[in-house]
Amino acid sequence: MKKLMKGNEAIAEAAIQAGCRYFFGYPITPQNQIPEYMSKRLPQENGCFLQAESEVAAINMVYGAAGAGARVMTSSSSPGISLKQEGISYIVGAELPCVIVNMVRGGPGLGSIQPAQSDYFQSTRGGGHGDYRMCVLAPGSVQEAVDLTQEAFDIADRYRNPVIVLGDGLIGQMMEPVDMDKVKNHAPAADLPPKTWAANGHAPTAESPRAVTNSLYIDPQVLENHNLRLQKKYDLMAKNECRWQEEQLADAEIVMIAYGTTSRIARSAMRKCRERGIRVGLLRPITLWPFPEEAIRKTLATAKHYLVLEMSMGQMVDDVRLAVSGECPVHFYGRTGGMVPTVAEVVAQIEQLAGVKPEPEAACSCDFSKAMDDAAQSLNQAAAAVGQTLDEAGKKVHEAVNSPEFQENLQKAAEKVNAAAEAVGEKLDEAGRKIHDAVTSPEVQHKAQEAAEKVNAAAETVGEKLDEAGRKIHDAVTSPETQQKMQDAGNQVGDFAARAAETVTKGVAGIFGAIGKAFETVQKDLKDIEAKQKAQDDQPTDQNGKEGE
Amino acid sequence: MAVVFQKTRMLTDKPFHYCPGCTHGIIHRLVAEALDELGIGDTAIGVAPVGCAVFAYDYFTCDMMEAAHGRAPAVATGIKRVCPDKAVFTYQGDGDLASIGTAEIVHAATRGEKITTIFVNNAIYGMTGGQMAPTTLPGQVTTTSPYGRDVNHCGWPVRVSEMLATLNGPAYIERVSVHDVPHIKKAKAAIKKAFQLQMEGKGFTMVEVLSTCPTNWGQTPQEALKWLQDSMMPTYPLGVFKDITAQPAAEGGAR
Repeated sequence: MKKLMKGNEAIAEAAIQAGCRYFFGYPITPQNQIPEYMSKRLPQENGCFLQAESEVAAINMVYGAAGAGARVMTSSSSPGISLKQEGISYIVGAELPCVIVNMVRGGPGLGSIQPAQSDYFQSTRGGGHGDYRMCVLAPGSVQEAVDLTQEAFDIADRYRNPVIVLGDGLIGQMMEPVDMDKVKNHAPAADLPPKTWAANGHAPTAESPRAVTNSLYIDPQVLENHNLRLQKKYDLMAKNECRWQEEQLADAEIVMIAYGTTSRIARSAMRKCRERGIRVGLLRPITLWPFPEEAIRKTLATAKHYLVLEMSMGQMVDDVRLAVSGECPVHFYGRTGGMVPTVAEVVAQIEQLAGVKPEPEAACSCDFSKAMDDAAQSLNQAAAAVGQTLDEAGKKVHEAVNSPEFQENLQKAAEKVNAAAEAVGEKLDEAGRKIHDAVTSPEVQHKAQEAAEKVNAAAETVGEKLDEAGRKIHDAVTSPETQQKMQDAGNQVGDFAARAAETVTKGVAGIFGAIGKAFETVQKDLKDIEAKQKAQDDQPTDQNGKEGE
Repeated sequence: MAVVFQKTRMLTDKPFHYCPGCTHGIIHRLVAEALDELGIGDTAIGVAPVGCAVFAYDYFTCDMMEAAHGRAPAVATGIKRVCPDKAVFTYQGDGDLASIGTAEIVHAATRGEKITTIFVNNAIYGMTGGQMAPTTLPGQVTTTSPYGRDVNHCGWPVRVSEMLATLNGPAYIERVSVHDVPHIKKAKAAIKKAFQLQMEGKGFTMVEVLSTCPTNWGQTPQEALKWLQDSMMPTYPLGVFKDITAQPAAEGGAR
């Protein structure tokens, strides 16, 4: 039966099913679900969970319990693992088996709580003082984390050496289906030797004498002999315990090397590039120590480039370079501080090595990122269109200022600017809706961030162009030239009006003059008529008047 | 011929590496005798410290684990949780327990971890050559306090028994000395009681044993025994600081 489980909880249950009955730990993100799960489950199995006062104490409790012969585990995350290094060194020196889970987070220092692979050196080079090695198992899925945790107990018991399960925040926090039937009652490997060395208060026998668990060898010759013996053990581990996975390597010209979470991203990028005929393959180390050096060397037959991908500034890449030994270029691409590389980033790296031009479609790892890209593109286009409209409007404003009807044209230009701004608003709304729809998808937060950056950039462009257009309008309106022209136009109107008034005045005066003259003429005519009439009247009157007068 | 005295069978035949006049040998023997007399020595598991007693695993005949500096209580915790029926003890000096290992001893004590701690306090770092310890007395000259311990500069001595007695977890805490035979006999009784209470599951038990370091104190063994009595005991008074089995208003030493 498959069960959906969080990586951390799945690891804890896998450990219990592999016979782990003792867990000592201290809280630290992002691995807290392991101690929490253990605190609930171990009492049900008559085991013991104990929250220690520190990671230092926790690893020393592990030392005690392992020394007493128990299957015991602790877990932590990077800063806590640093604190455990003292104890780990003692456990190796005293040859005790235990399992240590490190859910790696970003560093250095307190760093972040986001996933990282920056503890590669610490894990594969020992980590504590003295030279020693431990098997480092790097799961790439929750199911594999479960399988490797169970195997880790067997490997630890077989070699009497701690085993590190090196996950990262993503492996610990994500949920995936786990085959619980496979996990259940994982019996210790049949060939494991009995723990005759355990300091458990047993009665001494020839096979199992009094136990002295110790890493102190004052005599240098004795300590050298001890280290030589330990080295033989490490050599045996290197020979027998190396694990890796090969994908599409038969004809691979570009060989990617990635482990854990990064290998999943590499796999997606590989599939996209394979569809385009790029000969790219993936070699995924499952054990980081022992490192699959021989497996890498075999890929030299076809490889033209190696591309090492890590969530660090480049640590495993050193081991790849040692393996390749200068026979082929080894390239590195990494994100750090808790940033997780995207498929598009990896594809771009592959394209560059393959000498292939980027395919915009191929750069999108999902519909979401395509939608975001489209939104960003349409915003860019909108910004360009707005810019053009604004430029034109600006020109028209400028021209309008030169024309006598500039007030009216300015008004028209302003209306056009408003209309353009409304169009931008609509396009922004639309883009916003697209972004919102895309964001509601549960996938890939970091892609949202990436796209948001593009949107921001586009918005900034719009802003800049708006600013620029605004400045042009402002400049045009406030320029001394315009002011002067406005002044001139005003002056001209004033002059014209004065002249017109003068003309009208003159005209009116002329009219009055003419009327006056006309009146005089009329009066004169009237007098003439009167005089003529009198003269006419006098003549007949004289004839008659003589009689009448 | 009747045997009137013999080496305890809980100690190996390996000669102690301790300096002449050092009282570690006496304390080892008291622990070994107590384990033997209680019949728990053959199944006991001891944890050795870092310090003069670092080779304790060479001397006790039971199963032994060597711990990192100060971590013995955590190691003993791991052992005891796996072997709850066995006697588990730590044997620690004052640098190991009261300085670098304060967190481990305080938390083992407050958990009531069912272990016994033998805390050997000689007011100095012996193995590394006589440096100032957390228990070094005010004014005491050591290789790292050549003008005498200046309490204004580096603080006061830590009284571990008094400090741990404030916790609920401990079942029994007593400070004893081994500077003369009557005190050695009292120390033996205290150690035996501590193991007894551990086996009864009462909780954390500790016996602090005042001890000499003639070499690093720059004294003869005789002078050292006197200095312990005259100089150490006023700062580190003997007595029972915690005993959950004691009757109310019982022995005068109880506080």
